[in-house]
Amino acid sequence: MKTLRNFKVFGFVTLVVLISFIGVSLFTACEKEKPAEVAKKVELEPIKLGVAGAHSGDLASYGLPTVKACELLVNHKNAMNGICGRKIVLLVEDDECKPEKATNTATKLVSQGVDVVVGHICSGATKAALPIYKDAGIVCMSPSATNPPLTQSGDYPNFYRTIASDDAQAKLEVDFALGRLGVKKVAVIHDKGDYGKGLAEFAKGFLEADERAEVVLFEGVTPGAVDYSAVVQKIKNAEADAVIFGGYHPEASKIVMQMRKKRMDIPFISDDGVKDDTFIKVAGEFAEGVYATGPIDTSTNPMAITAIEEHRKVYGEDPGAFFLNAYAAACALLNAVEKTGSTDYDAVSKALQTEFVATPLGILRFDEKGDAIGIGFAMYQVQNGVYVEVE
Amino acid sequence: MDYFLELFFGGLTRGSIYALIALGYTMVYGIIELINFAHGEIYMIGAFTALIVISVFTFMGMNSVAILIIAALIAVVYSSVYGFTVEKIAYKPLRNAPRLSALISAIGMSLFLQNYVLLAQTSDFLPFPNLIPNFEFMEPYAHTIGSSDLVILITTAVVMVLLTILIKFTRIGKAMRATSQDRVMASLVGVDINTVISMTFIIGSATAAIGGVLIASHVGMINFYIGFIAGIKAFVAAVLGGIGSVPGAVLGSFVLGWTESFATGYVSSDYEDVFAFIFLVLILIFRPAGILGRSERHKV
Repeated sequence: MKTLRNFKVFGFVTLVVLISFIGVSLFTACEKEKPAEVAKKVELEPIKLGVAGAHSGDLASYGLPTVKACELLVNHKNAMNGICGRKIVLLVEDDECKPEKATNTATKLVSQGVDVVVGHICSGATKAALPIYKDAGIVCMSPSATNPPLTQSGDYPNFYRTIASDDAQAKLEVDFALGRLGVKKVAVIHDKGDYGKGLAEFAKGFLEADERAEVVLFEGVTPGAVDYSAVVQKIKNAEADAVIFGGYHPEASKIVMQMRKKRMDIPFISDDGVKDDTFIKVAGEFAEGVYATGPIDTSTNPMAITAIEEHRKVYGEDPGAFFLNAYAAACALLNAVEKTGSTDYDAVSKALQTEFVATPLGILRFDEKGDAIGIGFAMYQVQNGVYVEVE
Repeated sequence: MDYFLELFFGGLTRGSIYALIALGYTMVYGIIELINFAHGEIYMIGAFTALIVISVFTFMGMNSVAILIIAALIAVVYSSVYGFTVEKIAYKPLRNAPRLSALISAIGMSLFLQNYVLLAQTSDFLPFPNLIPNFEFMEPYAHTIGSSDLVILITTAVVMVLLTILIKFTRIGKAMRATSQDRVMASLVGVDINTVISMTFIIGSATAAIGGVLIASHVGMINFYIGFIAGIKAFVAAVLGGIGSVPGAVLGSFVLGWTESFATGYVSSDYEDVFAFIFLVLILIFRPAGILGRSERHKV
């Protein structure tokens, strides 16, 4: 293993040396000469862009849009003569979102000499694959793995992502409640589900870490129960100033309605499971004033509009889940390679952390942990029957 | 003490709703010894019918109390027709089959009705307008009990009284009691069993529909799935009180409502269902027939 690694390092160094020479001449050449002539002059190794994720099985709908996003972007780049003369090839590998398959996928991509990887899709599979890329010195960027420790633990310096982690919403909710609303006693309620309870636990953690506030109640409600009057009574009895709810809109609207009917006008803060128009439709007048976090709106971003239109043109349908996140990941990686003119691990990492890149999700840079700066959630409030972003 | 009272009334409201549904379970079991698992769906259909009626009448611009009463009446009629039809289609042909067949038929009917409403309406949650007028109580009680809780309690009480009168003092009530004691003997002395069974389903469906309309108005939303959990809870309440016994179903419902309410209030809502079912297990261990049920002597 060690010799292999040494060999890799040696290979990288030679590549870097080669590219740094040719790269310089190319950059100057790019402007002067026509692309076709450049291609004739130097035949270069293509850049191998790995795409790993679930492409079959029950989670394929999460992985396939990433493949399509990469195809679109790479075709586009290759039509423009690649990255300064180097064509880009895609190495697409399926992991079915299974951790045990993901390690095989990663090993296969490494043995094929992949330069950078977009993926994996699921947090579990990503976690399994990352050590293999780390040993091989390959940067990996996921469009959809939201598990917080992937970046925050510091175990995977080669990992980046173009999606906000699960705790970002909870953090925003808590900051908003304490800073903007100035509440002191918070009741944290959840629906006992993975998503809702996970968020609620993060919110509880952030609240406990902050001396301005205390958690007066932390409880789960049973989804689908006939009514929630006892829980509402308990919130009132705990003298909470605000409720933070983790879960989806049916439970949220029931709780809000029963609170308002009991004339409890304390703020109700929730997550993107509640930032849904159905919530407003069902809760009606009682929805007024409810806060909910949701992804920052990028629908007016010109790159996003172009990418989605192109997807419709090429594949004849609307893009699926995480398409824009994947597009942004591929943009960021290829931009880092283009800016440094190499696929060297350190150079690419540095470029990701220092160079801003235009993506469908906005202009991005990554922090030293690997989370994208500028991607995240915004706070919305129901005002006159619509969600309005709170400044 | 305030907190205790609030939880007490919360449990009472919840118990009343369970009671309106549990009556159907217990009456049907009393007559033909079948657990009608499609009963929760009848409750759901009642709520949906009321929603449709309300939409139409609100469009015509009527007074909200009048709309509520008309909607409840139409829901009662419509649900009764459903209950009647379900019995004719799914249970009558199996009346002399092994009991398990009828039970499976009931589960099948339940799934069928759920999916039927899902396809005919929508899977989304729909807002249900609050038509119970929001009157305020005097100050010390204003927080303890709301107007919709009170309406639910009063309606349940009225339904209970009417049902008791029906069973105790009318011809059909007498026939129902006779049938529940011994179906064969009753038919030999001239009781029309089929009418009695149909009537039982119709009455049970009607009370379930009233429950559906009230709870939908109370929580303000419905979807095709609400009948499942409410049905299971009402079934548990009926067993708790002693299945087959009408006063038992009511008592069991209140006991279940209070258990859930106090467990939530004093322990944690995480354990709401845990406590409710622990209670059920305990009752069944120490009083297998339920709180008010009589232990049956099986004929050899």
